[in-house]
Amino acid sequence: MMAKLLKNREILLVVAIVALVALIALRFPAFVTPASFARVYNDTSILIILALGQMAVILTRCIDLSMAANLALSGMVAAMLNTAFPGLPIPLVILVAMALGCLLGMINGTLVWKLNIPPIVVTLGTLTIYRGLIFLLTDGKWINAHEMSDAFKALPRLGLAGVPVLSWLSLLMIALMFLVMSRTPLGRAFYAVGGNPHAAVYTGIDVGRTRFFAYCLSGTLAGLSGYLWVSRYAVAYVDIAAGFELDIIAACVIGGISIAGGIGSVAGAVLGALFLGVIKNALPVINISPFAQMAISGTVIIIAVAVNARAEKRKGRVILRKAEAV
Amino acid sequence: MTDAHLSPRNIPDRLQGRGARILKSWESLLLVVAIAIFLGNSLASPYFLDPWNLSDATFNFTEKAMIAFAMALVIISGEIDLSVASIIALASTAMGYAVQLGVDTPALVAIGLGVGLICGMVNGLLITGLGLPSIVVTIGTMSLFRGLSFIVLGDQAFTGYPESFAWFGQGYFWWVFSFEFTLFVLLAVIYGVLLHKTNFGRAVYAIGNNQTAALFSGVRVARVKFILFLLTGLMAGLASICLTSRLGSTRPSIALGWELEVVTMVVLGGVNILGGSGTIPGVVLAALIMGMVTFGFGLLNVPGIVMSIFIGLLLISVIALPILWQRARRRLAH
Amino acid sequence: MKPAITLEGISKSFPGVRALSDVSLALYPGSVTALIGENGAGKSTLVKILTGIYQPDAGVIRLADVETAFPTALAAARAGVTAIHQETVLFDELSVAENIFLGHAPRNRFGFIDWKKLNADAAALLHRAGADFDPTIRLRDLGIAKKHLVAIARALSVDARVVIMDEPTAALSHKEIHELYALIERLKADGKAILFISHKFDEIFRIADRYTVFRDGTMVGEGLIVDVSQDDLVRMMVGRAVGSVYPKKEVAIGEPVLTVSGYRHPTEFEDINFELRRGEILGFYGLVGAGRSEFMQSLIGITRPSAGAVKLDGQVLVIRSPAEAIRAGIVYVPEERGRQGAIIGMPIFQNVTLPSLSHTSRSGFLKLANEFALAREYTSRLDLRAASLDQDVGTLSGGNQQKVVIAKWLATRPKVIILDEPTKGIDIGSKAAVHAFMSELAAEGLSVIMVSSEIPEIMGMSDRVIVMREGRIAGRFGRAELTAEKLVRAAAGIETQSNGRAA
Repeated sequence: MMAKLLKNREILLVVAIVALVALIALRFPAFVTPASFARVYNDTSILIILALGQMAVILTRCIDLSMAANLALSGMVAAMLNTAFPGLPIPLVILVAMALGCLLGMINGTLVWKLNIPPIVVTLGTLTIYRGLIFLLTDGKWINAHEMSDAFKALPRLGLAGVPVLSWLSLLMIALMFLVMSRTPLGRAFYAVGGNPHAAVYTGIDVGRTRFFAYCLSGTLAGLSGYLWVSRYAVAYVDIAAGFELDIIAACVIGGISIAGGIGSVAGAVLGALFLGVIKNALPVINISPFAQMAISGTVIIIAVAVNARAEKRKGRVILRKAEAV
Repeated sequence: MTDAHLSPRNIPDRLQGRGARILKSWESLLLVVAIAIFLGNSLASPYFLDPWNLSDATFNFTEKAMIAFAMALVIISGEIDLSVASIIALASTAMGYAVQLGVDTPALVAIGLGVGLICGMVNGLLITGLGLPSIVVTIGTMSLFRGLSFIVLGDQAFTGYPESFAWFGQGYFWWVFSFEFTLFVLLAVIYGVLLHKTNFGRAVYAIGNNQTAALFSGVRVARVKFILFLLTGLMAGLASICLTSRLGSTRPSIALGWELEVVTMVVLGGVNILGGSGTIPGVVLAALIMGMVTFGFGLLNVPGIVMSIFIGLLLISVIALPILWQRARRRLAH
Repeated sequence: MKPAITLEGISKSFPGVRALSDVSLALYPGSVTALIGENGAGKSTLVKILTGIYQPDAGVIRLADVETAFPTALAAARAGVTAIHQETVLFDELSVAENIFLGHAPRNRFGFIDWKKLNADAAALLHRAGADFDPTIRLRDLGIAKKHLVAIARALSVDARVVIMDEPTAALSHKEIHELYALIERLKADGKAILFISHKFDEIFRIADRYTVFRDGTMVGEGLIVDVSQDDLVRMMVGRAVGSVYPKKEVAIGEPVLTVSGYRHPTEFEDINFELRRGEILGFYGLVGAGRSEFMQSLIGITRPSAGAVKLDGQVLVIRSPAEAIRAGIVYVPEERGRQGAIIGMPIFQNVTLPSLSHTSRSGFLKLANEFALAREYTSRLDLRAASLDQDVGTLSGGNQQKVVIAKWLATRPKVIILDEPTKGIDIGSKAAVHAFMSELAAEGLSVIMVSSEIPEIMGMSDRVIVMREGRIAGRFGRAELTAEKLVRAAAGIETQSNGRAA
């Protein structure tokens, strides 16, 4: 019964997504084809990757508002690297972007760990700093498609068994995160630190260090997303993905990851991101202005947090025992 | 135990005099910083000390500061409101829409303030009525309010505000004192009195330090918080009137990212982001500092985004430096 | 026999507090040492030093004669020191098996957590701890007693040399306590050194082999249990004989002030009926979790009862919030001082005046002079020790914080004051001050409800006692007919066979 209760959040979300798709399918059956699904998934891939990183951070009772800025900076550096040295192998460029993302995450993590500054303040600060650094690097100039090498732009679109590399990468990240969260001490430590930081200390878990690693993780995934974003949209400038940090948090909240820490799952983060992805892709299909997307996701966040809060509500302690049970 | 050696009776009211308390406060440090920046600016640019230039400089913080006063109270009470910039957008859109229907200036003001109040009420009801965490709720309403604005406007803009409406953002109350700056001073006094001199303000501190104990002590926690979100909404509506009037047009992207600047201003002013402490004089000084830095950089032709790096660094360092300083002192003591 | 672990000359200070000074302790393999002391005597600090949470300022730890240090909790765990804590320090969202093995989960050859082995090992450990439930269920779905067994299984999961049990029986039922005793015997037979912290003397004499007594951060006695009597231990703990501690005055009891009838709540209590008279101290006794605090909190509007009525001075009252209760003249001094009572971070005077602001202020504006006057009046009546009234409450000791908290509610000039565990976790001196004051209040005509789990306090202070068990009133006793045995029997539900089960 408890297992059912626990799975509830994810199942609820699956039901919600299916209902949403069914609703759309009633009038626009064309939306419900494997090809269309693959397209929606591919389009949501970057959000999924980012939501996985944010999930780790939120699980430890922190928040990372700097993910989108990190993405923009790492993406810009990847693009600059590519324009400066077009011959550089793309995997190396990706590694550099991920390493830079990790470094930026480490800065957040260090400030949270070593100085005990509230995470929201730290990442609010680094959000503006990281984005400002892009301007310092580029003087506000754009890097356009024609300046990037073909290999740089082509990789995410490259088909592998009929599925684009972008989708493969997000699937890989989901698998890796699933492994990290369920099969490594670090993954379990994320839950412990967020669930009961006080108790975590007693079990020999270093709360600050665990949070630091969560930020490294979110930073690295933001770095990877940076390359993916810039290569997919074939443009890099100061404001790419501006405000996207809120979409990432929205995906997590919708996915049932508790902002109070300790509760959440990889499946939840993925489903939360997919839910937003379905809405975004469905709007043009059902002839609703894409401008409505923002209001819809706002409404969904509020509904999701209300539903989650109800599910999380602690069971009252039952003191009163009926006469037969001594 | 610890305090057993202290004398049992005749406990003095205060150990330190008023002077000592003020001298050791965060606000004094901010004042020193503000003066240093003021002097730095006057040395760096010959144009800085001109009264009209200084008056112009106030426009880049007055609107944010109005919201920051209410936000300070919200943050002291242990909550946060990230939807303020979106409320500006929605209120501005509503006013712009009304203009197309030929509404006059007083009605526009009422609409701006009314939309702000309604948005604040939505936040307040979700947070205090349903007991949801304010950070998530206001991230949601942040999307919702601006999203509504996008639905109405898309990539269009509203213009054609009546001439009399321009006074709120462009008019002068007396000599170099703009309407906005006068309003800023007035609101600073009102919020200062509200927070520091009334029972309501005391309740705000009590909630921020220990919500449960405050409830047990008879503080009407939900009501106080609801009022705080109403106030923030109202201030965002007011800021929307000023900003719309100053710009003379409404786009859905109006005031984008302001919520972060407002929170930065509040935190820089010495308000603890975790709630429980902070003062209005601190926020006023922080507003002046941010305004002068922006203006000074502007005079030196430093682009706005570089300025934002500076603000980000400032935000982190004002919190980090006291911590590092304390650690260094402890290390020296050992 | 050589001790498994010894602490020598351990001192530990916190800003403003000397928690431990120059204490020593030796734990022997295959033996249970009881650590005895009042709340605040330094027991928890010692446990935290033993488990690597705190670092001592001075002193050495020897592990089988080798000098060592526990810089982290992990280091202590690796050295074989493990603790079962007072508060169940476990993780609600993780499974039972994971709670047992968090931090040292079995790994497969790729370094990943081996869930199959984890669950199997957990099941085996649970079995050893006398708890046969499924290790894969989530902890949040277990009751408090089962959670405790999980904590015990966790202690067994590391190859511990030293097991610290911090009030392990507090939340357990009679049957579970006996299973725990059996388990302790097995641990002893395995040669583990056990440190057993308890307030229950019957328990201590039942299972401990040795004792160590702490008082105010110092070690005041140690030896073999067979060599001491209960009275000796109590004397060592409190530093004086117990007899004359309670300053209860005989007071003429007046007319009924508060009448509660038919109070019930779907899950917490039902059938609560009683009367409280002027000048009376009404004791509410019961085991932890009997529903006393829950009932009291419904009386002041924190929770809503599903049925029931309250009359104050003959007037029917509907109380929907603490603010309304305070206005009506019923105040509640909560049990959890740090969470519900004191507002740490705010000065003493602001704490005291918070519920009375409507009296000290003028049309909503604060009047600091009035506030200081009110705070001074009530804090000096309670004999508060502090440097100044604008000092942060958090810098005071527990006892003085409690005085501030009581002053806070008294300053509202209530008709009825409910004190929930008013002397829990405070030092002897403050305890006496609180008791003296309570007695004085009753003499002045205030009606007092005192919720307490300490039998001496209940017997020493109450005019009348109501015992609660599992959310219902299980007994009522006048001062004359009170005996400790009656209280315990009513609270635990032990009745003579012929009586059957009374409703």
